[in-house]
Amino acid sequence: MTSSAAGGRGATAEGELRPLRFHVPEPKCRPGSSPDLSSIELPTQVLPRPAIDTPRERLHEYAYGLIRVLGDDHRASGDWAPSLDADQLRQGLRSMLLTRLFDQRMLRAQRTGKTSFYMQCTGEEAIAVAQAMALEPNDMCFPSYRQQGLLVARGWSLVDMMCQVYNNSADRMKGRQLPVMYSAKEAGFFSISGNLGTQAIQAVGWAMASAYKGDTRLAATWVGDGTTAEADFHYALTFAAVYRVPVLLNVVNNQWAISSFQGIAGGEATTFAARAIGYGLPGLRVDGNDFLAVYAATRWAIARARAGHGATVLELYTYRAAAHSSSDDPSGYRPDGEAACWPLGDPVERLKQHLIALGEWSEERHAALTEELTEEVKVAGKEAESHGTLGRQTPDPRTMFDDVFKDLPAHLLRQRDQLGN
Amino acid sequence: MPSMTMIQALNSAMDVMLERDPNVLVFGEDVGYFGGVFRCTAGLQKKYGINRVFDTPIAEGGIVGAAVGMGAYGLRPVVEIQFADYIYPAMDQLTSEAARLRYRSGGEFSAPITVRSPCGGGIYGGQTHSQSPEALFAHVCGLKTVMPSNPYDAKGLLIAAIEDDDPVVFFEPKRLYNGPFDGHHDRPVKPWAGHPLGEVPEGYYRIPLGQAAILRPGSAVTVLCYGTMVHVALAAVEESGVDAEVIDLRTLVPLDLETIENSVRKTGRCVVVHEATRTGGFGAELSAQVQEACFDYLEAPIERLTGWDTPYPLAHEWHYFPGPARVGAALKRALEY
Repeated sequence: MTSSAAGGRGATAEGELRPLRFHVPEPKCRPGSSPDLSSIELPTQVLPRPAIDTPRERLHEYAYGLIRVLGDDHRASGDWAPSLDADQLRQGLRSMLLTRLFDQRMLRAQRTGKTSFYMQCTGEEAIAVAQAMALEPNDMCFPSYRQQGLLVARGWSLVDMMCQVYNNSADRMKGRQLPVMYSAKEAGFFSISGNLGTQAIQAVGWAMASAYKGDTRLAATWVGDGTTAEADFHYALTFAAVYRVPVLLNVVNNQWAISSFQGIAGGEATTFAARAIGYGLPGLRVDGNDFLAVYAATRWAIARARAGHGATVLELYTYRAAAHSSSDDPSGYRPDGEAACWPLGDPVERLKQHLIALGEWSEERHAALTEELTEEVKVAGKEAESHGTLGRQTPDPRTMFDDVFKDLPAHLLRQRDQLGN
Repeated sequence: MPSMTMIQALNSAMDVMLERDPNVLVFGEDVGYFGGVFRCTAGLQKKYGINRVFDTPIAEGGIVGAAVGMGAYGLRPVVEIQFADYIYPAMDQLTSEAARLRYRSGGEFSAPITVRSPCGGGIYGGQTHSQSPEALFAHVCGLKTVMPSNPYDAKGLLIAAIEDDDPVVFFEPKRLYNGPFDGHHDRPVKPWAGHPLGEVPEGYYRIPLGQAAILRPGSAVTVLCYGTMVHVALAAVEESGVDAEVIDLRTLVPLDLETIENSVRKTGRCVVVHEATRTGGFGAELSAQVQEACFDYLEAPIERLTGWDTPYPLAHEWHYFPGPARVGAALKRALEY
């Protein structure tokens, strides 16, 4: 036997077999230590905006780089910088701020017993808002549970959203869904499942249907870094690649899947954008806290899809600044203050400073806007609460039998009778 | 009227619906160019084009998930899961997504999809090509579960399933694809040709979901069955000379309880037969429903005759399969109680 053959069987040079090992990833910092994100190496290479018909095999570096537009000086630079005018930028800022204030009020509502549950998207507002602005209003979104900014940016009724969170008599979902699992077909917002990742392959199917009908509407979907491990994500990438589907596949890498850091989902060995490469799709990693970069990369992926070049995977690199949900306490698994150390800053603050640098905004105007939006959320809250809150003014219990099937079958009619009035 | 096998009848149903409704698409593993491993989609891609009838990656969860998205858009996809034994990767998309989309969205979105899948044994398929998992799907609220027993019903039920606005899981007993197998595996194979239920109209017709069929009227005992067991039960009844009423359920959900009740009230005895394993099987549900609805009329305990609670063993297929002798013995027990 040759020595290389012996090595191939796992032997050491001396011929002894070493005990096998495996590795469980762990984040660098845990509670009790000071937050330290210095190990995150942000790519510094400036990646030019490629032509939308660039062959995917020439885009590999984009999966490992980081597309940025806003610099530390709050100026936009590079050829990714989108041509958004000041009004559009202010609109984006307004939607992000409104989303944040909405979240704050609804979390307080949870703390005071008006709803059982809430999920904030603090720190991730740029993603949903910029992408909603990049998409056409009737493109269909298949979101996860942290893209409420899509609805806000599309001008959807805050009262309608709140009624869902309160499961009250005006909840269009008739009190059936966990709070924040919105559905708004009119706003191009697909019903949120709650089972992770299922919507990814559904978005691909929806986009295939749209293409089959000669429609012009795209589909876009969002999963978190943790959910990239689900089979549905891989179905989505496979089908999107095989059938060259006009769909946007977004991975919101917010570093945390409840208490598991992104290394547990496979983020130690490579990037989530690089998942795309093996499927023959372009994967782009984008600064998710840079409103302009998110907008620009999304526009690129949309243009590529509309030109018939198929799907793009966008990894939106961000940080989940708040708890996973109102039921979660991050102090049990990550150091206090880690969000403040996030090297890519806060998306609202960055766009605000950019507008100020452009001479199109000021601290005074920002304070006034905050006050105005706080009032808007408050007024919406009062109206929503007039329709009921958790356990008060709930939908008629007899409606629980509706919509299981299109028409009530005999056995459900019997069960509804057994429920009584 | 032409004679068709169940394969030809299913093919005809999809042909009719592809012709009638441009929103109908057909896809699955090997269903496109090749026409399916059982040939159920043969010729459809050539006739309707590669955008309407196509092959998919080997990803059952992906097939059903994509269908859910298409259904939400407004199409009526008809997908094939090559063997029912392979349907489990799609369980989440069926139970958590297709079945609940209308409910969870307050009626905004729905998934009018049809999932076809060959089931059952009798073909020496072993434990990965013989299962009958219908009870798992009948347990899921929001799904309709269908299993035809003959070519005529297969076509009419499949058309009804495709037109249905709710998701339908459509199980096809593969041992019945080419003939009415009655469990006598040691006898020559019978074809559908010449069988009255092998006479299938060329065009459009539908058999409503939720309606059972009384295939043999009788007064001594009611036999509840579906799929392959319909033919086994009919053979057992004939061989034992019992005046049994044999009811082919055709649809498990929604269940035609009225036909079942009327029969058991008349006969006072009931035997439930299925090929699937016993514990938690659909026979348990049938027994419970009959007991609840007909307790005062029952003259004997309800007999449940099923596959054993083991995986489907290849070498012992005919020991596992609830053949006519075992069904006959169950009829006798019910009658002699």
